[in-house]
Amino acid sequence: MALLQRVAEQGRRVVRFTLDGRPVEALEGDTILTAMLTNGDHLRRSEFADSPRAGFCLMGACQDCWVRTEEGDRLRACGTFIAEGMRLVSASEWTAAGGEGQP
Amino acid sequence: MTRALSPVIVGAGPAGIRAAEALVAAGLRPVLIDEAARGGGQIYRQPPDGGFTRPKTALYGTEAAKADAVHRALDRIRDRVDYRPRTLVWNCERGALDLLCDGVTDTIPYGPLILATGATDRVLPFPGWTLPGVFTLGGSQVALKFQGCAIGRRVAFLGTGPLLYLVACQYLKAGVEVAGVFDTTPQTVQARALPGMLRDPATLAKGLALVGWLRLHGVPVHHGIRPIAVEGEGRVRALRVRHGAGEIAVECDAVAFGLGLRSETQLADLAGCAFRFDPMDRAWLPVRDTAGRTSVPGLYIAGDGGGIAGADAAELAGERAARAALEDAGLPVDAARVAWLDRRLARVAAFRRALNAAFPFPQDWAATIPDDLMLCRCEGVSAGTLRGVGQRGEAREINRAKALTRVGMGRCQGRVCGAAAAELLAGALGVGPDAVGRLRAQPPIKPLPITATPVQEATP
Repeated sequence: MALLQRVAEQGRRVVRFTLDGRPVEALEGDTILTAMLTNGDHLRRSEFADSPRAGFCLMGACQDCWVRTEEGDRLRACGTFIAEGMRLVSASEWTAAGGEGQP
Repeated sequence: MTRALSPVIVGAGPAGIRAAEALVAAGLRPVLIDEAARGGGQIYRQPPDGGFTRPKTALYGTEAAKADAVHRALDRIRDRVDYRPRTLVWNCERGALDLLCDGVTDTIPYGPLILATGATDRVLPFPGWTLPGVFTLGGSQVALKFQGCAIGRRVAFLGTGPLLYLVACQYLKAGVEVAGVFDTTPQTVQARALPGMLRDPATLAKGLALVGWLRLHGVPVHHGIRPIAVEGEGRVRALRVRHGAGEIAVECDAVAFGLGLRSETQLADLAGCAFRFDPMDRAWLPVRDTAGRTSVPGLYIAGDGGGIAGADAAELAGERAARAALEDAGLPVDAARVAWLDRRLARVAAFRRALNAAFPFPQDWAATIPDDLMLCRCEGVSAGTLRGVGQRGEAREINRAKALTRVGMGRCQGRVCGAAAAELLAGALGVGPDAVGRLRAQPPIKPLPITATPVQEATP
């Protein structure tokens, strides 16, 4: 299920957040991208192609990793750190109705 | 007043930090702006604060001493620079920089400006490239260095360039299974480039050691391949490549991909720098002299942001640009040191030409991109849509093509699709990529939240 695999630095403090309403755990110092992709296999669905996306460059250039919070805020997942109690969403509102993805 | 005259450096990688160090040594207090929370750039990126314990030898391997020296240089000058981490520069016009930090915008004027904006992976699309589990080589390295994560359990490495072998080795050392290294460059081409690389025997030896180490651990290394597709539904299951007349397929759950690097030049463009097409980088780059001076007086470029030359060259170029800025401001400079820097930079440039010959850009690739393949990841525009405006004579130039197709207009502003778009349009027109021009930068160069608020001016 998880896309990213932890191979080091696993002694960090646990941070709890929710992903699509499900309570999950990450580690302090994880980016939102790491937190979501160690608990799932995508960050969002493309609003134009209705395909799952999981980021690409991890250094703030491609802008492919914008995710939503339940409150509707948009965050760049590779450049924002996870925080206790965040409520993140990996399903896209554009494609929730099952359309072709035209906003 | 002093603030308006302060030199400003954008980017705290090897170039930016060495530039700041040289300006501090001359008694100035530069502003050093960086998008990351900690200095080092991408190549010497440091883990986040708190809880990370791997030593630098584990993070940077043979380059640990260099990484440490760059980090320490920043630590030493920290109280003598106006250091602004976590800060995005999103515009650079009319002698001022527009910044965003923690949701707050600010505008600062600059005197001398040194851009050390670095580079990102150069990519071309192939079927399956948008699947979760396909990341750039640089991104795959960030996951490991910065987060202690691998992009998968069994990873294939695809593309060309030194990073291809370096990241594959780093993954193998981290205990990740490497499904194979798939280099687009034929082995004969690399063999021919070997004599040129003898200019820097130490670096060449390091490179050969990486390849040897991979082979020793049973990692298949294939040369002269072209990708057919990354396969899988919703995530990566396998990579298929063309190899000579045959085909190779490997099972894997992730692919790390890149075709060398591309310079991040958008701020230089917004500042009004003249550009020229560089045949070696196969890209439009800001015109600059060997010291980093651009066509705009007082504006300097150092490091990979002005042309790809690597981290060692970036350190030299950062210091060199700072010394040019000092000289141009009428301040004394150490002529012997400048001459030494110039000699070292000339040597690096010669090695860089040889390295480029060993890992050439696969010029035939773009022509094989299927029309229905997604070229623009941001907005889902196909390769055929872009080719079409060229073939129908509606656009002979890349900005017209952008206006008609929106390729290069999405959130990435062409950082991901730009190289491919130029190749595809040039192919459709039957010309070289130099003939279609370059994508104009547009502020903000990265998305800004509409909720960003201006900084409150302190009352005097």
